[in-house]
Amino acid sequence: MAESKKMYLNMGPHHPATHGVLRIELELEGETIVNATPRIGYLHRGIEKLAENRNYQQIIPLTDRLDYASASANNMGYCVTVEKLMGIEVPKRAQYLRVIMAELARIMGHHLWIGTHALDIGAMSVVFYAFRDREMIMDINEEVAGYRLTPTFFRIGGVAHDATPKFIEMVRDFVKWFPKGLDGYHKLLTENKIWTTRTMDIGTISAEEAVNYGFTGPSLRGSGVAYDLRKAFPYSSYDDFDFQIPVGDKGDVYDRYLVRMEEFSQSLKIIDQAIENLPEGPVTVDNPWISNPELDEVQKDISALIRRFMIHVKGPVAPEAEVYHAVEGAKGELGFYLVGDGSEHPYRLKIRSPCFYLASALPRLMIGHMVADAIAIIGSIDVVLGEIDR
Amino acid sequence: MGIENYLQGENYMVTSLTKLVNWSRSNSVWPCTFGLACCALEMIASTLSNFDISRFGSEVFRPSPRQADLLIVSGTLTKKMSVMVKRVYDQMADPKWVIAMGSCSSCGGVFQTYAVVQGVDQIIPVDVYIPGCPPRPEAVLAGLMKIQEKIRTERLDQRPDFTG
Amino acid sequence: MSYKNVIQTINKKFPEALVNECENKGQREITLAKSQFYETMRVLQENPDLPYDLLIDILGIDYTPRTPRFDLVYVLLSTKDFSRLIVRLKAEEGEEIPSVSSIWHSADWAEREVYDLMGIPFSDHPDLKRILTWKNFEGHPLRKDFPLEGKDFDKPFDPETIEDYT
Repeated sequence: MAESKKMYLNMGPHHPATHGVLRIELELEGETIVNATPRIGYLHRGIEKLAENRNYQQIIPLTDRLDYASASANNMGYCVTVEKLMGIEVPKRAQYLRVIMAELARIMGHHLWIGTHALDIGAMSVVFYAFRDREMIMDINEEVAGYRLTPTFFRIGGVAHDATPKFIEMVRDFVKWFPKGLDGYHKLLTENKIWTTRTMDIGTISAEEAVNYGFTGPSLRGSGVAYDLRKAFPYSSYDDFDFQIPVGDKGDVYDRYLVRMEEFSQSLKIIDQAIENLPEGPVTVDNPWISNPELDEVQKDISALIRRFMIHVKGPVAPEAEVYHAVEGAKGELGFYLVGDGSEHPYRLKIRSPCFYLASALPRLMIGHMVADAIAIIGSIDVVLGEIDR
Repeated sequence: MGIENYLQGENYMVTSLTKLVNWSRSNSVWPCTFGLACCALEMIASTLSNFDISRFGSEVFRPSPRQADLLIVSGTLTKKMSVMVKRVYDQMADPKWVIAMGSCSSCGGVFQTYAVVQGVDQIIPVDVYIPGCPPRPEAVLAGLMKIQEKIRTERLDQRPDFTG
Repeated sequence: MSYKNVIQTINKKFPEALVNECENKGQREITLAKSQFYETMRVLQENPDLPYDLLIDILGIDYTPRTPRFDLVYVLLSTKDFSRLIVRLKAEEGEEIPSVSSIWHSADWAEREVYDLMGIPFSDHPDLKRILTWKNFEGHPLRKDFPLEGKDFDKPFDPETIEDYT
């Protein structure tokens, strides 16, 4: 009987999936994976060090580039943490607008997930439909903030400006159209024999092990633990809305797929409730040191001009305190640990990224499977490298 | 439409070899997917149904550098990744062109830190820069058209890979 | 009620471990001493009243020029009643901290990141290597005496100087 030798295969940082620059070193015996070592750091840009040299307002565009597939959700996490540190109360209309943008971002992130996951497994047509729907959300982003991919619409204490009637009409049109698009994905994939064979009983992880590995978000809910930060630690008036949390039971790739598909409809429900019950009122907090004065005031009054200058150059000042706050990003618990030191720069900003812990569990999920299943597993945990490497 | 309009008589056509080669090269530029960060999503959006890039001749995006002509570096280039970029560029067969897409690969972008290379042109020669953070898909298509214009006005004996 | 039971258990088993216990902006926080730190963390994870089974994050804060220089912060969550606990530990420069990666697997990469960016070494770690920077990177970036732009920012960059783990 011939002895089998191990083969070392490098799934290098440059590979054709859009998951980014993730490198995995595989040890293979035949076609079966015996060991896997993920190596990260190919997109480490030093955002945490850069944040120590910038104002609180200037860090908001940096947080956009963390999980770049669903950009507004990161803004939500950072702004909510800074407001907890400084003790700022955001008005209701701004909270509802923030919820709409964050849930649209979650839908956008899940669209990228389903397009690329199906593309890797072999179902190529899904990515075209997914990006068609993504373009609709990018049009909404462009209407409200000017940017398609990274709208930095949030500010400390509220949002940048009020929603136009065109924005409300575009969101209503999206809410009316999207169930048909979602139905299309279900028809293509959910009962498809090839899809179920390639995704059932692959990458199974139990609830206790998933908790021990630090999983949060849809990957943890696929294993059966109902932990969602929107229900456990409600922020930004999420407790005004009525929605459910989908939970799987086996913890394989197919369960995580079903959890995310159901999250599409739940997010749509939240957006529908928010846009129908949008309250009237201001969109930033009424504090002269935080919110910008109106443009016509600036052009007429010297003190408003000075205030606008100070807000943009210096910005709000934090007390000497430390706080940890987390929000439900598209991939899991996105947490920010913020240390203030009495000045306008943070002393330390630590970003707890959900995909970091998901990627660290890749060896546990992949060992024993074949190389083609490894691709399905990477797609199912939905890593975005901008968040892992920061 | 097409070449049939120019055929007359015995169907001879007089042109220079440079023009023929440049015309065929410029209309079939096949990019290599080198998506590093956020700009990669806008590069993908420019290939899919809303902003179709294959009407410009870039029918397929080849993942292997040995089968591609154009390297679109989209996203932030970190020092750890720079070794891989050089390796991929060296593996590409001549003739090859490079587009630096986005602010991060043109000049370092927002990230002036210890781990980011301030522009991909410190490592490989760049032909076209596309600014933006991230640039719109129409900007990517405009950059591709600029590369096509550059290819059409090249002289074959002045290319860096000429060994005659 | 169960949180108070956990604090009493720790105080009974390891009377010198708990240095401080307070509440900061609605968040429970305890400060531990370095002696019997590993055993206290195991009690926090395994006790039947309120097991803190999800390690959310580990981070280091550099408080130069104070001694001890670093503060290690562990953020824990219990999936029984979804409550958080923040555990703090003070560390000197170069002092080795016992690793908790045998209690929670998520500590594996988190401790590697703290070692890479802050320079705090951990003992009994399965694979303590740099994770975000490269093998021959000099210094620890998130320390307060490391410049933002790094060394040699104004010179052109040569990729031959980068050596990584193969």
